[in-house]
Amino acid sequence: MSLRAVLPVMAGALVLALSLALAITIGPADIGVSDVWSTVASHLGLGASELTPIRDGIVWQLRLPRTLLAAVCGAGLAVCGAVMQSLLRNPLADPFVLGVSSGASTGAVLVVVLGVGGGAVSVSAGAFAGALVSFGLVLFLSHTLGGTTDRVVLAGVAGMQLFSALTSFVVMTAADAETTRGVLFWLLGSLGGAGWTDVWVCLAVLAVALVVCLSYGRTLDAFAFGQDAAAALGVSVARTRLVLLCVTALLTAALVSSAGAIGFVGLVLPHAARALTGPGHARLLPVTALAGAVFLVWVDTLARTVLDPQEVPVGVVTSLIGVPAFVAVLYRTRRA
Amino acid sequence: MSLSAQRVSRRADGRLILDGVTLAPDEGSTVGLLGPNGSGKSTLLRLLSGILAPTAGVVTLDGTPVADLPRREVARRLAVVEQQVDTQVELTVLDVVRLGRVPHRRAWTPASAEDERTVRAALERTGLTERSGQLWRTLSGGERQRAQIARALAQEPRELLLDEPTNHLDIHHQLDLLALVTALPVTTVVALHDLNLAAMYCDRIVMLHEGRVVAAGTPAEVLTEELVAKVYGVRAVIGPVGEGERPHVRFLGTLA
Repeated sequence: MSLRAVLPVMAGALVLALSLALAITIGPADIGVSDVWSTVASHLGLGASELTPIRDGIVWQLRLPRTLLAAVCGAGLAVCGAVMQSLLRNPLADPFVLGVSSGASTGAVLVVVLGVGGGAVSVSAGAFAGALVSFGLVLFLSHTLGGTTDRVVLAGVAGMQLFSALTSFVVMTAADAETTRGVLFWLLGSLGGAGWTDVWVCLAVLAVALVVCLSYGRTLDAFAFGQDAAAALGVSVARTRLVLLCVTALLTAALVSSAGAIGFVGLVLPHAARALTGPGHARLLPVTALAGAVFLVWVDTLARTVLDPQEVPVGVVTSLIGVPAFVAVLYRTRRA
Repeated sequence: MSLSAQRVSRRADGRLILDGVTLAPDEGSTVGLLGPNGSGKSTLLRLLSGILAPTAGVVTLDGTPVADLPRREVARRLAVVEQQVDTQVELTVLDVVRLGRVPHRRAWTPASAEDERTVRAALERTGLTERSGQLWRTLSGGERQRAQIARALAQEPRELLLDEPTNHLDIHHQLDLLALVTALPVTTVVALHDLNLAAMYCDRIVMLHEGRVVAAGTPAEVLTEELVAKVYGVRAVIGPVGEGERPHVRFLGTLA
């Protein structure tokens, strides 16, 4: 690897590390960077913490897993968006816009609220099934409608509406005090309930997905001029599609079952990363992941502090940023 | 005869698009595919590249059916230039030409010195060295086709398939492009619309009509007034002109 290839990745990793450290210190309880370090160090067995157990708990049980989950979700959603955009040759593709996140939500609430599968099916498995069903439906719809860029997006909108409605319906039928909160969580996403299990599961899935996507990096480059051109460059188009669509659906499902359907991260960040790295996926994917992580860490920090002590669902903030970006991308591609 | 098609047919939606076509270009030669719209030129090229499978017959590379070869191996020796391709990705000319190295490279490894050498040579050959940093979307139609040909050359093919590469180009760029392609030391099969361009640049011509080969041979053998009348439904006068006495077609009008 040349220095030019590694530099943006190293710079991104540094920015991410600093963002994590800073974001943990921000919040209602007054905690400094040194407090964070001593807590982390004590839990890693490197010296004792001088903090009270409550302050230690705020860092180790609340802020740290939440901030890490934000980073993992941001990275994962951004990578999903980048891969979908290249594979479908559609600059507007993203797990949320194409209804995959909504489908994962529906699958998850079917398991959580209605108990589908009778305990034998985990939330993540339900979300994965939901993600695959919605992805399949949207791709089938868009293919039937003609397969052009706008058709794919329209099919995605239809899929998103359908699965959002199903999710709301399922959650409403449960009708307990938590209902409204539950609907908001699954439709807009929230990092509020993040625990260490969520972090580890999502991180593991992200790591696997990232390795698979990176191994297909050059194959994704070959899709620039369409699938026939890719086939003529030696790509097995059907296998590549199957593998990458399944991997993105799996990653989306894992993220959605921990944090709900956070919108537009996968749409915005790949475009920003492409402006930094150029189109080659070997560099684009890692930088997209880092940019997504940094982005969501700060968006979540904003979401939990701006109306303090009230919390804004993180998906509201990403949508407020994402919709103008969506329009901007649409505007730029209007010639097509 | 490294690339050959033996009695290939292709049926789609119950319609026979190609019907028992045999094609075996001499190594290093340029074969022109002629025929009206819908005569099966593009389908034949897609069968030759292995992107489509024939419903009957077989396409072989050095005797091995192309369907039995891994796609990557095919792409290392056979390159395709499609009619008109476009992308929304912000690619430079250099990025486009580098795509030609995809079948030669392994995952997780950076481009080798040989990759870069081949890309540079392809840019040189197509006269695009100066433009290597220019963005694809700012290129003219002729430059885009050149960039695609450079990409194809970066694949280091022994066979090159082109589908109407001169479409939408002005006459200067049409001549320029065909001169470039025919001078390449590879076996070339090129679908063309223009009978005179085919006569000027092709070693042999295959005339397709309703999915069948109706004539094959040198330009002078194939391009006759009777055949042009039969296949295209037009009246024409054809006579030899210039050095090499290549036929020239002058159209008089459609047949009633």
